[in-house]
Amino acid sequence: MTEAQKIAHLLRRSGFGPGLRSARYGTLNEALNGVLQGSNKYNTLFLPCEEKVTTGELLSMDKEARKEILLDLAANIKRLNLEWLKEMGRAENQLREKMALFWHGHFAVRVRGYAQVESYINTIRKNALGNFGDLLMAVSKEPAMLRFLNNQQNRKNSPNENFARELMELFTLGRGNYTENDIKEAARAFTGWSFNDEDEFELKPQQHDFGTKTIFGKTGQWEGEDVIRMILENQQTAKFVCTKLYRFFVSDSPNSAHIQEMADAFYQSKYDIPSVLRLVFNSDWFYDDAIAGALIKSPVELIVGLNRSLGVSYSNPQPLLAVQRVLGQTLFFPPNVAGWAGGRNWIDNSTLVTRLNLPKRLADASELDFAGKFNMDDESPNESEKPRTKVSLSCSIAWETLAKQFTANTPDTLWEALHLYFLATPGIHEFPFALRNRCAGLDKIGQVREMALYLTRTPEYQLA
Amino acid sequence: MKRSEFLKLSGLVSGSLLVPGFLQAFTNKQSLFQGKRIVFVQLSGGNDGLNTLVPFRNDIYYKLRPKLALGADKVLKINDEAGFHPAMEGFRRLFDEGQLSIFNGVGYPNPDRSHFRSTDIWHTASDSDEYLNTGWLGRLLDAECKGSENPWYALEVDDTLSLALKGARKSGFAMKEAERLKSLLQDPMFEYLAERRMEARANSEQEFLYKTLRETRSAAAYLVEKSAAKPSGGLYPQHELGNALRQIASLISAGMESGVYYTGLSGFDTHVRQAETQQRLLNILNESISAFAGDLKTAGEWQNTVVVVFSEFGRRVKQNASNGTDHGTANNVYVFGGGLKNPGMRNPLVSLNDLDDNDLRHTVDFRELYASLLDQAFEFDHQKVLGRKFNTWPLL
Repeated sequence: MTEAQKIAHLLRRSGFGPGLRSARYGTLNEALNGVLQGSNKYNTLFLPCEEKVTTGELLSMDKEARKEILLDLAANIKRLNLEWLKEMGRAENQLREKMALFWHGHFAVRVRGYAQVESYINTIRKNALGNFGDLLMAVSKEPAMLRFLNNQQNRKNSPNENFARELMELFTLGRGNYTENDIKEAARAFTGWSFNDEDEFELKPQQHDFGTKTIFGKTGQWEGEDVIRMILENQQTAKFVCTKLYRFFVSDSPNSAHIQEMADAFYQSKYDIPSVLRLVFNSDWFYDDAIAGALIKSPVELIVGLNRSLGVSYSNPQPLLAVQRVLGQTLFFPPNVAGWAGGRNWIDNSTLVTRLNLPKRLADASELDFAGKFNMDDESPNESEKPRTKVSLSCSIAWETLAKQFTANTPDTLWEALHLYFLATPGIHEFPFALRNRCAGLDKIGQVREMALYLTRTPEYQLA
Repeated sequence: MKRSEFLKLSGLVSGSLLVPGFLQAFTNKQSLFQGKRIVFVQLSGGNDGLNTLVPFRNDIYYKLRPKLALGADKVLKINDEAGFHPAMEGFRRLFDEGQLSIFNGVGYPNPDRSHFRSTDIWHTASDSDEYLNTGWLGRLLDAECKGSENPWYALEVDDTLSLALKGARKSGFAMKEAERLKSLLQDPMFEYLAERRMEARANSEQEFLYKTLRETRSAAAYLVEKSAAKPSGGLYPQHELGNALRQIASLISAGMESGVYYTGLSGFDTHVRQAETQQRLLNILNESISAFAGDLKTAGEWQNTVVVVFSEFGRRVKQNASNGTDHGTANNVYVFGGGLKNPGMRNPLVSLNDLDDNDLRHTVDFRELYASLLDQAFEFDHQKVLGRKFNTWPLL
């Protein structure tokens, strides 16, 4: 890779690709510092002018009122989805939002209470670039997590193992690195982990088992916090998390030597997240030609990437929810606690066709016409018959601003510049004859438009 | 509603009379496709099984459903204890003709009452506390069952592909209408991309995407051709399921080399005023299946076709306060076909005396039916797809 390609590669992987308003970097080193420093800030994600309804308030309502509020709350979760999408598209904080997307898939929960979703995602975004141990502890105490994994039903006299099991299997150790007995005993330590009517974490002492437990071969009066501490002491946790990080940031084909290198650094730094990311972004193997374009963008990465690179502005972003659903990734609605499978799982004939057509639909602000599957999220009685989702996009693309980014002034040099801007794969496509002909009579803005709409509709554009 | 009234209301004319004679002449010919094919019809939202096949002698049923229960005088009786919902005349006829097998109490241990989770469990054939990324039919494709080299071997008639048809290496093919799919790839640049010579690393993601693009283009063209070859003469309701089954019937008649078809009907989440909604949906289901069976008989393909109708769960035995029912557990599965072994009621009605937290206890694991289909229709060892051995039923 050339230095320019390396910088572009770094920006694609550490964020959502190049944007119209992104900073320009002369060297890889500058870019690296820019990426890490740009994400220092954190601001809360929330819906302006929206009152939160707590679980306690919900419980005090009569059935009809509650039903109505629940529908409002479901709509609010979708609005928050779009807010987050917008945040991901902003110039700064790219690495933080990208990491938050990773952790959202890692600590996947799906609940219907808006306040819980807002609290959960902000805990993730806040800790996304902090310490993994802190993040794990904080997420484990989030009402959304406790609720999704039935920990409210985890009581001294009738333990529910769901949280303890997923904690070990999906969040930290991975299958085969604990025993059934570890789960059983750990579940006891988490009994009474619950939340109050204000949606704040609370240990309910009367439901908590204060007795002696034997976990990972150690016997003591372990509490939930002790279990998490013991899990972090196990190097396997670093390895498990780094394997997932590798698949997210580097390649879907794991390289065990590189993952071990990451895991050692992660463990030695006491689970400092930026340390392991810095190692990846500084490694030669991260810039190997085989790594460029080795990842399939997730639907959210694709949408945000298009928004950033084309400067799309929406007067009504609502249709982006339908696009997420049809492409198989809706923020705050992961398929299950294991998160999105990712990789080639994103692609089948129908999702590929939708992806390839999307940029043209945005450019024409035309109708997207597809029926998603029966929308399980709404669960509104008797209206669940599959609606034909005909959504009209109302958006515009900043062609002029985009054209100004490029100093190239012949079609061939412009083609090369746009190629580097849009596509991750090394090697330049030949400039297609038909496209060259179409560009011939156009001004620079027109040429940029034609070329961009070609490049973003290639299979290569699906890759990062 | 009677069939004639329904047809009037839905604005249908008698289609069979309009089929030109020369097209009829093509029928009754054996297709190119050898072997059995299975058509899955998923009823999304959780169809109320107890009001689909009514235990009309059961006092508990009437006691727990004071407003919703269907009277013994209303149901279409198939034996001395069970009768179909009045909308399901076609189901009864196929039952009487030995072309329907009914399984009662189909479910799985530790049932999940969430639509999306329970649908995933049915699609992946996982245990209720296990999360799989691949569907059971996708894994059949991964295992390279006979015929799966065609990208259209497993075909879903919808805009998006269900998890059931997603494998790790191979997936099924989704299309709502062949023409529409083809038109989405009409831009000359897609032809240029598909045809261009390019150097991609072997087995890279780039190569995988180009392969998917090429296959989609060629499959779309082939499907357009096949859909038009043998237009169906059946009387289908004007509804998505009707349109889907009409398309499938045309494709089967034209000898399409697909072993799996997937489609569905949604709207069964009847928490409120269930009677009207369910009546309307069961009507569509009944008309669609009847027309489909008729079409395939005409085409001489019914013998080699199996239709499986299922839902992600049944509903609570006791009705709720809104004249509806809430999410439940076990349900009936209906298996249609011209070549069924031991058709009829395959097991006893599920008990209403012995409920588990007010819900039905399942008596048949749905994976037993999958296993039976894998072994008997695809002649494929079910353990390779389902991960372990299940009891099987002589089905085909």
